[in-house]
Amino acid sequence: MRVTAIVKKVLKELFRDKRTLAMIFLAPILVLWLMNVMFASNSSTSAKLAVVDVPHQVNKNLDKVDHVSIKKYTDRTQAKKKLKQNKIDGVIYYHHNKYYVDYANTDSSQTALTKQALKVAITGQSITKMKTALTQSQKQLVKLSKQLAIVAQKNGMQVPTKPGTQKKTKPKKAKKAKIINKYHYGNSDTGFFNKIVPILIAFFIFLFVFLISGMALLKERTTGTLDRLLATPVKRSEIIYGYMISYGIIAVIQSIIIIVVTIWLLNIEVAGNVMWVILISILVAMVALAFGFLLSTIAESEFQMMQFIPLVAVPQIFFSGIIPLDSMANWVSYLGKILPLTYAGDALNQVILYGRGFESFAGDMLALLIFIVVLVALNIVGLKRYRKV
Amino acid sequence: MNNFIEIHNLVKKYGKQTILNNVDLTLKKGEIIGLIGPSGAGKTTTIKTALGMEKADSGSALVLGKQMPNRKILGEIGYMAQSDALYTSLTGAENLEFFCEMKGVAKKDIAEQIEYVSEVVDLTDALDKYVKEYSGGMMRRLSLAIALLSYPKLLVLDEPTVGIDPALRRKIWHELNNLRSQGCSVLITTHVMDEAEKTDRVALLLHGEIIAFDHPQVLEQNYGVPTIEDVFLKAEQKEG
Ligand SMILES: Nc1ncnc2c1ncn2[C@@H]1O[C@H](COP(=O)(O)OP(=O)(O)OP(=O)(O)O)[C@@H](O)[C@H]1O
Ligand SMILES: [Mg+2]
Repeated sequence: MRVTAIVKKVLKELFRDKRTLAMIFLAPILVLWLMNVMFASNSSTSAKLAVVDVPHQVNKNLDKVDHVSIKKYTDRTQAKKKLKQNKIDGVIYYHHNKYYVDYANTDSSQTALTKQALKVAITGQSITKMKTALTQSQKQLVKLSKQLAIVAQKNGMQVPTKPGTQKKTKPKKAKKAKIINKYHYGNSDTGFFNKIVPILIAFFIFLFVFLISGMALLKERTTGTLDRLLATPVKRSEIIYGYMISYGIIAVIQSIIIIVVTIWLLNIEVAGNVMWVILISILVAMVALAFGFLLSTIAESEFQMMQFIPLVAVPQIFFSGIIPLDSMANWVSYLGKILPLTYAGDALNQVILYGRGFESFAGDMLALLIFIVVLVALNIVGLKRYRKV
Repeated sequence: MNNFIEIHNLVKKYGKQTILNNVDLTLKKGEIIGLIGPSGAGKTTTIKTALGMEKADSGSALVLGKQMPNRKILGEIGYMAQSDALYTSLTGAENLEFFCEMKGVAKKDIAEQIEYVSEVVDLTDALDKYVKEYSGGMMRRLSLAIALLSYPKLLVLDEPTVGIDPALRRKIWHELNNLRSQGCSVLITTHVMDEAEKTDRVALLLHGEIIAFDHPQVLEQNYGVPTIEDVFLKAEQKEG
């Protein structure tokens, strides 16, 4: 069969080209490792906070939290001024049992740290309050039963040993303080590394597969072998299928490497089934493959193919969910709908972040499948440029 | 079907430039014709348009009785392009095997086919070498060998003997004559005029038109010169 012959030939060529092979399998590992180094250094975030009128106990608790330091201010406006000047990372203001927090939010991990610290400090305070309330009521209880015992003795009655009949004095529940958050930049959803990981996976797979696939057909064309191939009775579809299958095999291996490295090196928790992650990634890889083939028929040289990367690959990352699209102009979100990475990012989000099952991203997978079918068909038609039948 | 190639009023333009202007050409069964003309005259374009790799603006091309472009008929044509299009990271044998499969040669016949064609072009000893380690002439020969695969009825060779030494060239011509006697036809383009002498008919392509198409001797008589080379030069001068 011609398709298998093409697959065999392409794989043979690939496995003899050690440099390309290294690029395919080692480059993603290298890039992901660099990212790991980058984000690992981020874990030692510290936050400097200004506190205004915050209860003493909360202040003490806050100060105890690692990497958090506080400075007391008497005037809120003055504290806010400092915030604007980037001298501090947040302002906490307590008023009428409410905490008003202003975050600089230039670094999302600092914001997260501040939030966490404040929560811990306030809960800590409520616990102490509750404790004192509890001990007080216990003391009252003991007193009460003592008095009862005396009365009973006087009346010659037996005292029930069970305190069940006694009226319980409920401890006054410490009213939970409310926290009101305000962000200097962005909102509470503003990127947390975890959140962008699924999209990064999709993007890397797209980028790396796109790169190698674009080069493949291009070489066939620039060396003239495509003309020669098309001078045989081979069908155009057989060429495209042959290339899709052979590069598909490579892309699958590459995607699995990327996923394994990401999950293991970056220590990412996958809430759902990892098999879904791999399956979705394979679909992404196939889309990228077909897309790369298509663009390589437009490109005149390897150099032009490289120029497609910023044009085609990079914008997709913006639409794939790193920035919430609902806050954008209408046409922008429509544009996002025709880009495959939007669906890939969403599907991977569902699996990795929310651990949802197939039904929640079946639509995304269908969309990716449609992309593949349409792009493959376009490729087969596109080869008509080089042979009319 | 007596004519293996029948080209009628073929017109081909690249942008505004007209490359082929009403070209007529016929190739009979069991005939070798040469297509000569100055560089850039449109020889390669004629071949590519006839085989359906380029779209003709008007006119028609029948190859082996079928209107071109036609995919199935390509299996019966051995085409050798002007440039050596080979997979350089594969060995000679792997290249031949791959194109056997593309041409639809049955699996059991592949080994025999490879043996035959590599014998003709004298590459038997170099079959296991990577093509990137071949010399220029060796690549040319492998390219010709690929065209010869699957016993095509029709050979279309675009300057097949460039970079091939005289002894081997003689051998190749011997094989072409052999094929002709078996009923195959050959269309060959060349800049080597003593090769043109060896053909049955020569077509002289100039400014996108066939200005002469006849037996070499007849052409020499018509132009009153002793060789095809002189015919070529004289025709070019006259049209200049
Ligand atoms: N793809 C193309 N686009 C534009 N012009 C082209 C293209 N291919 C060929 N031409 C032009 O068509 C003309 C004929 O080219 P062609 O390759 O047929 O010449 P040729 O007779 O085979 O020459 P040579 O003997 O040098 O091989 C040339 O002027 C060339 O510039
Ligand atoms: Mg030419």
